[in-house]
Amino acid sequence: MVDRLPVAKPARPAAPALKASVTGLSFHYGAHKALDGVELPVYDRCVTALIGPSGCGKTTLLRCFNRMHDLYPGNHCQGELTLYPDNVNLLGRQVDPIAVRMRIAMVFQKPNPFPRSIYENVAYGLRVRGERSRVVLDEKVEQALRSAALWDEVKDRLDDPGASLSGGQQQRLCIARALATEPEMILFDEPTAALDPMATSNIEQLMTELKQRVTVLIVTHNMQQAARVSDYTAYMYMGRIIEFGETDELFIRPRLKQTEDYITGRFG
Amino acid sequence: MSADRAAYYRVAIRRRRHLDVAFAVVGLGCLMLGVLTLTVLFVEMAVQGLPRLGIDFLMAFPSRHPGEAGVLAAWVGSLAIMAVTALAAVPMGVAAGIYLEEYAPRNLLTTIIEINVTNLAGVPSIIYGLTALGLFVYLFGLGHSVLTAGLTLALLILPIIIVATREALRTVPDSQREAAYACGASTWQAIRDHVVPGAAPGILTGIIIGLARAIGETAPLIAIGAVTFVAFLPPSPVSPDFPFISLDWLMAPFTALPVQMFNWTVRPEEAFRANAAAAAFVLVLMTLGMNGLAIWLRYRLRRQTRW
Repeated sequence: MVDRLPVAKPARPAAPALKASVTGLSFHYGAHKALDGVELPVYDRCVTALIGPSGCGKTTLLRCFNRMHDLYPGNHCQGELTLYPDNVNLLGRQVDPIAVRMRIAMVFQKPNPFPRSIYENVAYGLRVRGERSRVVLDEKVEQALRSAALWDEVKDRLDDPGASLSGGQQQRLCIARALATEPEMILFDEPTAALDPMATSNIEQLMTELKQRVTVLIVTHNMQQAARVSDYTAYMYMGRIIEFGETDELFIRPRLKQTEDYITGRFG
Repeated sequence: MSADRAAYYRVAIRRRRHLDVAFAVVGLGCLMLGVLTLTVLFVEMAVQGLPRLGIDFLMAFPSRHPGEAGVLAAWVGSLAIMAVTALAAVPMGVAAGIYLEEYAPRNLLTTIIEINVTNLAGVPSIIYGLTALGLFVYLFGLGHSVLTAGLTLALLILPIIIVATREALRTVPDSQREAAYACGASTWQAIRDHVVPGAAPGILTGIIIGLARAIGETAPLIAIGAVTFVAFLPPSPVSPDFPFISLDWLMAPFTALPVQMFNWTVRPEEAFRANAAAAAFVLVLMTLGMNGLAIWLRYRLRRQTRW
């Protein structure tokens, strides 16, 4: 294991601005150490992929970004997770997790629409923020559904239950729900693990469009997916970031043998 | 496969099949024993009681003459007591269940409370009656009233509702909670908008099963001083004069169907047995009606909620 993080040199003239940075983050579930001194930059309006074998801590790291761990007892963390431009440490005790989740949305592995209408699913984030105006809600729901490339398929049946959609459509509905509140960043936890190849390709297409507007952090088990959609990739193993770099660099010329073994399928 | 082997497997399979059949027969026997006993009891009760059952029986006050006695005061009393019980036990039980399941920190105190609640559900009802006699009747001075009876039964079914609420809440998948929180919802918003609606079928079933248990309770009502001969109804809850709502019925003396039944069964006259059977029939119908309502509500709500 290496002490200093081997960061591939950026090939582009200038790296984009930072949206968030993780410094010295360790995380424990009870006595089990899931993250061990993680350092990670997340660049603004880019897609950053977290890859690594099962149990390497990538989902744990992702869920730190919107304080999902606060919902469950028996875990604790040290270190900092700074969100820019306002330099706030998202893990700070005085930072309200609700405030964090208002800025950073999340899409889960298994599509989890609420047992409500398509419209109400998308409107929920706005409703919890106190939005009551039907005009505003209508407009934002349409906008979000358009951004999630779902509008044309559902515009005539917004009152149907969300569960009536197919798996891929449900996942796009969940993306629309996340987009409706105009978050600064969206976390994707293996968003296509439960989907067929066609739906997967739709979601991947969508992600590359989304990065025009939001920062995307994605956990994936699918190496090709990471290579296709991400600008930066971090390879994790045993709770540490082993290698981080531009996706093209990392996949074509990995600096470490271990990374190469993983991405070529010889390990993990 | 050689011939011996095939023969060996045939024998082995046959032996296991026999065991299957044997267990099915034993299980069916146990089931029938319970169901048949209940059916026989129910039929006997119906045969004894049905001749007495009619509008007159439902609309008459008790009487010294078995042929004229009725259950008007009893069923009205039962309904009034159930109203108090439901109003007291449902909000408290559901709120307590939500707190324990969704808010309470996992520590020693919570564990102690949880164990106590679960144990309270198994405490004999006469204990509740005696506790209520000391607490509501003597300490709070509420008298031998509808209010006391309702609160006593509320106390009795509170643990049932709390436990049912918690179990219903546990059936809501964490993915739903996480989805709500990820949208920026507060704990209360997540609970109100998603967790409780998702758990509603189970909570409702728990409430109705609790109330069905309460409506048949006799011992605690006798302990707190139910009157067995009530020849009047409690004052009406609505009055023609301002403020149009009257709470006097809460303080009225009460009787209830099971108390009335109990009273008739201990009378020496044989003719009162028929009255008791008829009253039992009414009580069973009320309970069945409540359980039917629970099943129907659960079916309706389950259809709406699919995760």
